[in-house]
Amino acid sequence: MIPEIGHFALILALFVALAQAIIPLVGAARDDRPWMDVARSAAFAQLLLVGLAFGALVWVHVTSDFSVLNVAQNSHTDKPMLYKVTGVWGNHEGSMLLWVFILALYGAALALFGRNLPPALRARALAVQAMISVGFLVFILFTSNPFARLDPAPMNGNGLNPLLQDPGLAFHPPFLYLGYVGFSMAFSFAIAALIEGRVDAAWARWVRPWTLAAWSFLTLGIAMGSWWAYYTLGWGGWWYWDPTENASFMPWLAGTALLHSAVVVEKRGTLKAWTILLAIFAFSLSLLGTFIVRSGIVTSVHSFASDPTRGVFILGLLVLAVGGSLILFAVRAPSLKGGGLFAPISREGSLLLNNVLMSTACGTVLLGTLYPLFADVLNLGKVSVGAPFFNAVFIPLMIPLIATMALGPMLSWKRGDLGGVLGRLKLAFVAVLVAGCVTWLLAGGSAKPLQAAGGIALAAWLFIGTMVEWAERVRLFRAPLAEVWRRALHLPRAAYGMSLTHAGLAVVVVGITGSACWTSEKITMMHPGETVALAGYQMTLNGVEDGVKGPNYTAARAHFTARRDGRVIAEMYPEKRLYTMPPRPTTDAAIHTNFISDLYAVIGDPDGKGGYVVRLYHNTLVPWIFLGAVIMVLGGVVSLTDRRHRVGAPARKAKSIATV
Amino acid sequence: MTRKQRRLYFVILGMLALGAATALVLTAVGDGMVYFYTPRDLRTRHISPDRRVRIGGLVKQGSVVRDGKTVHFVITDLTADLKTTYTGVLPDLFREGQGVVAEGKVDGNGVFQASEVLAKHDEKYMPKDVAEALKKSGHWQGETPQK
Repeated sequence: MIPEIGHFALILALFVALAQAIIPLVGAARDDRPWMDVARSAAFAQLLLVGLAFGALVWVHVTSDFSVLNVAQNSHTDKPMLYKVTGVWGNHEGSMLLWVFILALYGAALALFGRNLPPALRARALAVQAMISVGFLVFILFTSNPFARLDPAPMNGNGLNPLLQDPGLAFHPPFLYLGYVGFSMAFSFAIAALIEGRVDAAWARWVRPWTLAAWSFLTLGIAMGSWWAYYTLGWGGWWYWDPTENASFMPWLAGTALLHSAVVVEKRGTLKAWTILLAIFAFSLSLLGTFIVRSGIVTSVHSFASDPTRGVFILGLLVLAVGGSLILFAVRAPSLKGGGLFAPISREGSLLLNNVLMSTACGTVLLGTLYPLFADVLNLGKVSVGAPFFNAVFIPLMIPLIATMALGPMLSWKRGDLGGVLGRLKLAFVAVLVAGCVTWLLAGGSAKPLQAAGGIALAAWLFIGTMVEWAERVRLFRAPLAEVWRRALHLPRAAYGMSLTHAGLAVVVVGITGSACWTSEKITMMHPGETVALAGYQMTLNGVEDGVKGPNYTAARAHFTARRDGRVIAEMYPEKRLYTMPPRPTTDAAIHTNFISDLYAVIGDPDGKGGYVVRLYHNTLVPWIFLGAVIMVLGGVVSLTDRRHRVGAPARKAKSIATV
Repeated sequence: MTRKQRRLYFVILGMLALGAATALVLTAVGDGMVYFYTPRDLRTRHISPDRRVRIGGLVKQGSVVRDGKTVHFVITDLTADLKTTYTGVLPDLFREGQGVVAEGKVDGNGVFQASEVLAKHDEKYMPKDVAEALKKSGHWQGETPQK
């Protein structure tokens, strides 16, 4: 009964979405208020209906109702409760329902918080949201119905892919989707603005908080995915440039560019068409990401045995969304007149440089990700584009970007004084020299002292530059302490957000440099009682215990003791697990962290003569990558609490209302 | 600064970025792109020993020999075989009779020195490239031959 209610609610939601996509648009064109207001009620109704459907799916998963195909294929009675719930989106159908549910959440949030928006803009934005919703609801109902029944119902289910039975991955998809779908808000606003033919400061102020929220969620989602890959895949790495990783990274790059160009629109009324274009791209790349992951055109963790009609369907949606919005853009963009002029060396100029580099980087990632597909279609042979390509292309583009990041916020609008800013950044230059030289000396033994020194110096430049900018704003050391305190309190939260996020990126850069330059790895055959030296640690394999029982797996658990100069640092227990349902093995790495470096142990196959292949890593500074990402997210959240970012707070200036 | 100058500035900046990206892509293509072959392809195609390639196929039944941390096995597409050597921890799903993709170089003796072995994350799943290679050699038996 419950699954049918869910299915029925989804069908109703489709009709509500259809109404929401058409009526408000007509209303806005005719300036008919009641018709426009349909959008608000429809948005709430959609949330209710899609929420009901999602709740129904959670219910059948939690109660292990194996008469539902989706549950039978992806769940099992032995599965811990946490994974019964998260298993809802651990499969194709469920994850698409989650996608639509989050879309409905954003729509309702817009209807709720957007009271101060001009009614026509709100109606149009909600109508565009509803169009996206229609596309995905049709997709779910016709190709991926999560409520399909199975008759006769099996006694038990197939279980969830054990790799997904992990807290890191359990919450990775919701955050990722909150990010992906969040860009639909910027997209809807962009389309609404194109229909209206007007982009102004107020528009940018409405779009920024949604973009910022989406960006923060996406950053967190990507960081979680990376963290999961780091500790479960047992390869000791945290980023593989895998197509699915790139799929989430491209919207992030476009979204980051959008975040910065929206600032220019708000403050200076220029770069309007470009910002609209970025909003379209950020969401299109989110759709592309969904397509890449869901269609199974690339092989990776996420591509479950898939159905080609699904891929074609999403591709169709993608073409419709991108094509339609770009045509609208081509028609309307020429009417979006740019406002303030600016010199190349200025705050706008630096933000533009950020945009150009971000977009270029995004384009190269796109090229590398899609090239194997094109090559296959065009019969150029089967290729895979791997990490060496991405590293060689992406990193050189990021270096000037990060170098500008320290300067940009200190330049003034319109016409900046580069010499003056460089003079004010004396401290940062000193930091660069010190960090570079110290790293060079410390890294003397390792193979890559130049890279290491360069990376750390760059991070020092960004970090100190960001701190100097903040110190100047509050007049630290220049004014009496009371005055500094007063200024620090009155500094807008958005400013703190920027400083935190930029500083967070500096921390990430340190982490990346560390992991690239100082990782030591040892793959060896060990017998119980043996000790291996690794980066100044002594790792002793005490023994391997077979048949350790978990809730739905049995494991071979190894026991390592890590010592440094005879002192015990950590006891580590890596496992090799064999899940009962589905019967497949996984590796559970043991990680001991001191927040500067990680000791990382993986136990491999036995050789049958009492020995085991083991893989040991000493990963320097990897924890900083995740720490830095969390700081960046925190920066986004702090910025969101800024009064100026409060959704719907600002009203359009009287003058522009007069021109409506 | 006039509008025209600004537009020129945009265009120059865009061209510079594009040019830089193109240059980077062209230099990176050499070592970043890895071609995928099946053991059968290698019979007709000579691969120079300094070229990284990916080989896909099945791990031949009974071919896995462990020698300490080094593993010897044979990758087959059921028409041709390729001797392969790998040192390290094999992925969880590496098993005889299962699909595998290995990346590495073919040495002077025609032995494939794998530096990376990938078995796919999903048990139901046959690596797409392997499935197609098997279809090509006429030995395809459906999505889940072992289950």
